[in-house]
Amino acid sequence: MINLPFGSSLLNKSTHKDRLSGFSVWVFLALFLGNTVVFGAVYELTIAQGTIKLNDGQQTTLVANRSLPAPTLHWREGEWVTLKVTNHLSEPTSLHWHGIILPYQMDGVPNISFSGIAPGETFTYHFQVNQSGTYWYHGHSGTQEQLGLYGAIIIDPVQQTELVQQDYVVLLSDFPEADPERTLARLKKQSDYYNFQKRTVFTLWEDIQRLGFFETLGDRLDWGDMRMEPTDIADVTGATYTFLINGQPPQQNWLALFKLGEKVRLRFINASAMTHFDIRIPGLKMRVVEADGQAVVPTVVDEFRIAVAETYNVIVEPAFDQAYSIFAEAMDRSGYASATLTPRSGLQPVLPKLRPMQLLTMADMGVGRAEHSQHDQNHSAQGLGSTEQHSGHQPIIGNSAMPQHDMHSMHKMHDMEGMHDMSAMTAPPATDPYKVLSYSDLHAAQASAAWGKVDHEITLRLTGNMHRYIWSFDDIKYGDAEPIRVHLGDHLRFNYVNETMMNHPIHIHGLWQFLDNGQGLHNPKKHVINVKPGTRVSVDVLADAVGEWAFHCHLMYHMETGMFRKLIIESPQ
Amino acid sequence: MNSFGFLKSLFLSRAVVALVFLFMAINATAALAHDDAMIFNHFKAERLEYEGNENLHLFKWDIQHWIGNDEHKLWIKTEGDYSADQDIFGRADLQLLYSRNISTFWDFQVGARRAFEPERTYDAVIGFQGLAPYFIDVEGAMFITSNGNVLGRLNLGYEILFTQRLILQPRIELNLAAADIQNRGVKAGVTEFEAGVRLRYEIEREFAPYIGFDYVDEQSLREHRQSLRFVVGMRFWY
Repeated sequence: MINLPFGSSLLNKSTHKDRLSGFSVWVFLALFLGNTVVFGAVYELTIAQGTIKLNDGQQTTLVANRSLPAPTLHWREGEWVTLKVTNHLSEPTSLHWHGIILPYQMDGVPNISFSGIAPGETFTYHFQVNQSGTYWYHGHSGTQEQLGLYGAIIIDPVQQTELVQQDYVVLLSDFPEADPERTLARLKKQSDYYNFQKRTVFTLWEDIQRLGFFETLGDRLDWGDMRMEPTDIADVTGATYTFLINGQPPQQNWLALFKLGEKVRLRFINASAMTHFDIRIPGLKMRVVEADGQAVVPTVVDEFRIAVAETYNVIVEPAFDQAYSIFAEAMDRSGYASATLTPRSGLQPVLPKLRPMQLLTMADMGVGRAEHSQHDQNHSAQGLGSTEQHSGHQPIIGNSAMPQHDMHSMHKMHDMEGMHDMSAMTAPPATDPYKVLSYSDLHAAQASAAWGKVDHEITLRLTGNMHRYIWSFDDIKYGDAEPIRVHLGDHLRFNYVNETMMNHPIHIHGLWQFLDNGQGLHNPKKHVINVKPGTRVSVDVLADAVGEWAFHCHLMYHMETGMFRKLIIESPQ
Repeated sequence: MNSFGFLKSLFLSRAVVALVFLFMAINATAALAHDDAMIFNHFKAERLEYEGNENLHLFKWDIQHWIGNDEHKLWIKTEGDYSADQDIFGRADLQLLYSRNISTFWDFQVGARRAFEPERTYDAVIGFQGLAPYFIDVEGAMFITSNGNVLGRLNLGYEILFTQRLILQPRIELNLAAADIQNRGVKAGVTEFEAGVRLRYEIEREFAPYIGFDYVDEQSLREHRQSLRFVVGMRFWY
């Protein structure tokens, strides 16, 4: 049984059965195209201004069909879908179907795949759905996405996979206090504007007590020398963001209901502009079955990190008649989104406490990168903070990032027990039962075909100037850059080298990125690859779709300030 | 003012106008060439304060405004003091600069200045502004006056956080002269040394009242004065 929590009634969805005029159009189109067309659904989406009621009153949003998030689109693998998107705004808009493989003209990126949707106009997207899983869609015009223009896409596979009794979308987002343009202007003028967790004279004193005077001094001098802040985990934080689940702040507490003994599928989608989340459901193990819409060999975890624009499907089987908290901490711990998984409304779960922020380390800053970049071709595995190295099958990153992340997860474990003592971090990790998902756990359920030799190996440095809030690839902003041109059918290998202190979720439109995490033919294919600070990650991409594709960091303000490229795939003729 | 000086000042004021047009042209082409070259506007009253002790009551200001994109900015600066008792402006100036981002943390600046003290002159300005290692804000400039004198200024600032909003800002300002200027009593070397701290509370990032004190050492051909002054003021920007 599919129990969609919201949105269904908001959609004007019609099929050939109930829409005669549409039917005749499609019959005509089918004859015209001269191939077998499966008559698909027609969706109408109207983009307009709306309001959302948050704690501090009404705020302006951009919504599709008066709903935040936008209505969930429910498709079937193999069907053709038609989406008529009407713009009721006073500025151009667009919708992009994130992670969907389609002709580039249907991809919805203004000035690349089409010219955008002008005010008052309707654009009709029409394409065949050739995949299944959980995806999402969002505005791709300027900063519109940030104001609520995002929704879930669920695509049923031809052959149903695991049977679940409850199926919920859990769509995470970060809703800003200010107009996004103003947020960007503030970042340009004072890049640490939203960081209210900076180190103070009191943390200096604590560090001296804990580490000793000279080590603390050395640490401060190292950071001072680089003119960087180890607390700079997120550019835009809970200082301005309210973190939402399915459009609801923690106080409104979105509910997912279950009956005892039921299997519940939760489809996590991170529709945030700028926020990575660490997700856990205290008291429940989560079985991760799908990443970015693609089935993976199930991994049972206590916690996972979801980067901006990623999706993860997990299955939980609550064994007790109690309410559980679905708790999503912002990566910088400046706030959280939460919802409740409960057998009936009225039950209140114990809300976990926010854990302390994990400071960046010199290893995150890529200190020592130069001597390692030559030999650690294959260290892409640890996309996420993890206990993974215990399983021992994955190359350890060339620099010293891993022990730090191990400490992260230990710290998390101790927090679970209500301990916040920093000295606990030195405890041996051998018996740590607390499992955090790592990229290296992702093992594609289906093997991909081997593609043979690499035609183009492209090393792309992820670069930026945090101080002046300029983001780029290879130190060149989008406006100054030439497109990346490759031939249809080429096997590309991108090496992402993150030279900044931020995480960058790299998204390529229209093509899959096969994350090289050491699983060989079972390397998972993803539409977003998060690259952590100071690390190098390699992906294989088969350039199998002609056209012009957007290629960018999915952090909205990074994309807006220049961390963006056009990828052109040309037919050799 | 002799005719030579007049011509020079005329030239300088024209240079300012030319600079503005140059800047606008740069902006226009930038806007066409890059869709990520957005233009921003930043006003900042770093210091807007009363400063005084039993002998002295001054109103001081230090205001900057830039408009531009990541690489190119038009930068206006004004700094000075006004004595309410005597109804006179002390050291006061207005600078109009073209500022070019030359590296991650630094801008190179060139332009013109109208100065009222120590002389009423139009000056050429060459300077730099940025963030030095260990988070030291640095602003330095050399002024070549229309009378041929060379002056300089160096500002250093630092921030110490007590909390996320309560911030102590030590600050040093040096005003320099390359040579004596007899008729104005200016002595070569450090003409004014100002060192102080300001403790501000950021009610918003953009708005912070503060209190503090300054130690000021002024050296001229006629006298050498030192004084300690109490400061109360506010800092705001948008």
